[in-house]
Amino acid sequence: MRKSIKLGLSAALALSVSTAAVFAENVKIAFIDPLSGGFAATGINGLHQFEFAAETLVNAKGGVLDGDMFEILPFDNKISPKESLIQLQVAIDQGARYIVQGNSSGVANALTEAIDKHNRRNPDSQVLFLNYSAVDPALTNEKCNFWHFRFDPHSDMKMAALTDMIAENQDIKKVYIIGQDYSFGKAVADAAVSMLAEKRPDIEVVGNELHPIGKVKDFTPYARKVVSSGADAVITGNWGADMLGLGKSILENGFEGPIFTYYAAADGITAAFGESGVDSLYLVAEGDDNPAPKPETQEYIQAFKAKYPDGNMSQSRITNVIQMLAQAINEAGTATDVVKVASALEGMHFTDSLWSSKDMYMRPEDHQLIQDIHIFGHQPVEAPYDMDNSGYGLKVQYTVENASADIATTCEMKRP
Amino acid sequence: MSNPMKENQITTDPSKPAQRMRAGSLRIAALPWVIAGLALLVMPFVFNDNSAITIMNQMAITIIFALAYNMLLGQGGMLSFGHAVYAGVGGFACMHVMASTDFFEMLPLPVLPIFGGLFGMGLAMIVGSFSTRSAGTVFAMISLGVGELIAACSVIIVAFFGGEEGISGDRTYGMPFFGIEFLHQIEVYYLIAFWLMVSALLMYLFSRTPIGRMANAVRDNPERAEFLGYSSRWVRYYSFIFSGFFAGIAGGLFAINYEIVTEENLNTASSGVILLVTFLGGVGFFFGPIIGAIAFTLLQTVLSLQTDLWAFYAGVLFLATVMFFPGGLAGLLMMHVPAIKMGRASKLVVPYITTLIPALIGILGLSALVEMTFHVRHSSVGDEEMTVFWTTFDSHDILPWAVAIGVTVVAFAVMRMMLPTLRAAWADANATKANTSNGGAA
Amino acid sequence: MDLVLVNLIDGLVTGLLLFMLSAGLTLIFSMMGVLNFAHASFYMLGAYFAYQISIALGFWMGLLIAPLIVGVIGAGVERYGLRRVHQYGHVPELIFTFGLALLIEELVQFIWGRNQMPYQIPDVLNFTAFAISGNSIPAYKVFMIFISVAIFIGLLYVLTKTRVGMIIQAALSYPRTVEALGHNVPLIFMGVFGVGTALAGVAGVIAGPVLGTFPGMAFVLGSIVFVTIVIGGLGSLWGALVASLLIGWITTFAKSYNIRMEDILNGIGISTPENLSDSMFRDIWAVTSPQIADILPYILMVLILIFRPYGLFGNRDA
Repeated sequence: MRKSIKLGLSAALALSVSTAAVFAENVKIAFIDPLSGGFAATGINGLHQFEFAAETLVNAKGGVLDGDMFEILPFDNKISPKESLIQLQVAIDQGARYIVQGNSSGVANALTEAIDKHNRRNPDSQVLFLNYSAVDPALTNEKCNFWHFRFDPHSDMKMAALTDMIAENQDIKKVYIIGQDYSFGKAVADAAVSMLAEKRPDIEVVGNELHPIGKVKDFTPYARKVVSSGADAVITGNWGADMLGLGKSILENGFEGPIFTYYAAADGITAAFGESGVDSLYLVAEGDDNPAPKPETQEYIQAFKAKYPDGNMSQSRITNVIQMLAQAINEAGTATDVVKVASALEGMHFTDSLWSSKDMYMRPEDHQLIQDIHIFGHQPVEAPYDMDNSGYGLKVQYTVENASADIATTCEMKRP
Repeated sequence: MSNPMKENQITTDPSKPAQRMRAGSLRIAALPWVIAGLALLVMPFVFNDNSAITIMNQMAITIIFALAYNMLLGQGGMLSFGHAVYAGVGGFACMHVMASTDFFEMLPLPVLPIFGGLFGMGLAMIVGSFSTRSAGTVFAMISLGVGELIAACSVIIVAFFGGEEGISGDRTYGMPFFGIEFLHQIEVYYLIAFWLMVSALLMYLFSRTPIGRMANAVRDNPERAEFLGYSSRWVRYYSFIFSGFFAGIAGGLFAINYEIVTEENLNTASSGVILLVTFLGGVGFFFGPIIGAIAFTLLQTVLSLQTDLWAFYAGVLFLATVMFFPGGLAGLLMMHVPAIKMGRASKLVVPYITTLIPALIGILGLSALVEMTFHVRHSSVGDEEMTVFWTTFDSHDILPWAVAIGVTVVAFAVMRMMLPTLRAAWADANATKANTSNGGAA
Repeated sequence: MDLVLVNLIDGLVTGLLLFMLSAGLTLIFSMMGVLNFAHASFYMLGAYFAYQISIALGFWMGLLIAPLIVGVIGAGVERYGLRRVHQYGHVPELIFTFGLALLIEELVQFIWGRNQMPYQIPDVLNFTAFAISGNSIPAYKVFMIFISVAIFIGLLYVLTKTRVGMIIQAALSYPRTVEALGHNVPLIFMGVFGVGTALAGVAGVIAGPVLGTFPGMAFVLGSIVFVTIVIGGLGSLWGALVASLLIGWITTFAKSYNIRMEDILNGIGISTPENLSDSMFRDIWAVTSPQIADILPYILMVLILIFRPYGLFGNRDA
């Protein structure tokens, strides 16, 4: 029995040592997200986008510094905070100095705290946390730290954009808010209520409720309430199966107004809504129109779809993470001293070559990237710019430039 | 099945020796404990990088939890579907202690798990008061219901459980313990190792007390235990609350190691995992859960680094274990005790080598085929290169398939050929005591 | 008040769907004492098979063929897996089904990937049957009600009026005697297991298009099926029906009406504390019924087990 540990661990260690020996020059980026289990679809699609971005945008152009290549090391966290912390330790031991993660703010919270403690306790192996998708506002507010950078607008910023659009639509008099019963769902609801009250005091919130996350089998009763409340629009932060179930139920029960969402696309959701979601579903995100206006972006997407026919180019912020990291490493002149890289990254002005030509700004006060936010509509889109190869995709309906550039933060950044 | 009540009683099968908690003298053999203690001391010098120590910490915590779980399942015959709740609540209690700065500053960190234990025990006292009235399905379903309720509460009652983000703290704010602040993983390792030894020893001693002994009796035949003058309900109750205590200790150590506890510490998935871990190791022996915890942690943490299909392999392993070795890995080991005692174990060595090596190659070949199928089906277009067992090849080429299939078929054929020799050797080695073995299931 | 009628219909659909799963499970449980954790996995297989068949042959062939395949697989699992494990006792049996559930989920991901499958309602049924004050009742829901009621009547007929049913009922309580009378009890077990899993397959086929066809669909349903049969009483078909409908209606109504804990507590004379936001119990005060709708069945089960361990309609200890 003691032997079995020894064998297993030696095998693991031998492997980690051998990978370290072969790629001594590489800049290792550990991707810690679910690669097995119920959320694996999102995780694997994100991994592919990272690998493709690192390959196409950095390595094919000669790498960073003196030809150091980006290498993405995938780690499966099974969307569990505990596993994420174990994998974080393994990643650090394998020489990764950059951690990327996005799925679940719960995991992001665990990681950002663990990384803060690790960097304090182990100054010789400090790491940076590049958060590409976890949108809990707390991460760049009361829980912010010097090592964490967020490339996705947080949920309040997205809600500000959504409510801007709603405020301009005079047909909307009544709004129904529904979400999953956890911090993100509550943050969405609170932000929606306060921002609507400010921008359109005449709008009545006819429903504001939470349902258990991932446990609801049939959304019909919720949909009935939405319909009978006489709401003109629905706002929800749901994702995954909860998004699909809620959206389908609401549409099937004869609701005809817009449904404003955060995550109603990709990973099978676009395909499952199909025709029924057209002119009903809206989604707030960064990125650009489909098909993208620039020819080089179209080429990039075509190349991605040729490599991953079942994949979706659903998170354009991933290319920003890779490109901004490359730029920061080049500016800092080192890939190993993460304090210098972080200093280069904070306050960075970055012009994206793919999606938008506008300036993006990594706000130094809270390490939140400021960029344009769009509201997309679920519309017919030709391949390969559609989602889930379904013939439907996202088209820009509304844009807020430099969204929430002056949104308040409670972050008190402690720099080393 | 004439007596449906008894038939539906969920117990381990006492008629199978491999599943029976072995009775022994009240004296404890000191040697295994000394060896285990020394091994725990030396381990960090053998595997000295942080990730290995992190994995060993996780193993040790799982071992304590699995041993506590086996106090119910193996010793008491009580099947619980919600035992993670007691570990989780212990963890949350410890985290709240860590967060209350003034109190925590006066408390050396190594004492902290006791709070977890007490909270786990307290909850077990409340739940046990109605759930241990009967064993069997009623107990199992109440544990499932209570487990689901508390897991659901953890998302609703944010003040105590912190929602889905959980609550976190910093272990280094405690009172320094002989100058140690527990900044590094290695210091935490020794703290956990100390608690592992203490709790394992206490749980072992508990199984030797009259109450521990009566738990076995109640498991096997509650009616006769009642005739002896013991209330089977109270015996179950005591087992339950002690199990809750040690589960809480495991939860407290979790809080110290990860400095965060979340909903996943109490949900039903965690409860299911600990059931699988315990069963994989073997419920019939005290050390069974230890093996199970080590094997499962390696599977989950180390194998998942190598393949996305780890859960598939884990599923196959559980099915194979339950179908062919219901005594678990420990039962498999203990099958050899009679042969060793009779000094005939050496007769098994050669047949084992000739059978198990082809079997191992066959299994590896099979898993290579699984990986290749997966790669062909799910990898990106144009990415035809894959690496299995340190060999890189084109998964769309015919040659690697031919090799993998060939190796697998040949290996299994050789194994089949060798199997009769092994059976004969097994029968020979256990000649006089063949009836106590598990029927040559190897 | 119109909403009450709509909710009654919705709860009926949910309840009947649950019944199709619990009917098979309660037979299997009472006959073999197996807590079949993989039962919901057969439901998932039904949905996936039906989706695959519906691409080639259309929805109706899927409805016909998929449950048959699921039933055959179920019978195979009993014959080559469970029967072997049965001799070791109930815990190994349970672990077997536990592992099987894990394995089926992994296999489904292996074959179909991890995304939602675009399994759709057939066009013939894709219209609104009728509407009650703005709330439309889709024809597909009416169809679901008819299918499940037909299955219940068929099952009841087979079990109480036919020779096979009599033998099954006898084998439930006195397997040795039935065997001594010359009946092949292992074959009956296999048949019941196959039919039970096929029923779960039917549920999967008709629920897949409305509740979504994805790898997590078995887990979502998971233990609620056990709760149903324990509440109803083990081995009782009527119990399974009543418990299923009860759970369907309780959860539907709890979701439909925002009953707040604060109102209940005020109603029974406990006044809201003044400094609620600082109170340890603030979250309990803020609980609403939709938040806890899906855990109500568990509360009900625990209460029933404490006060009536044999369930609503059971005649023996669970």
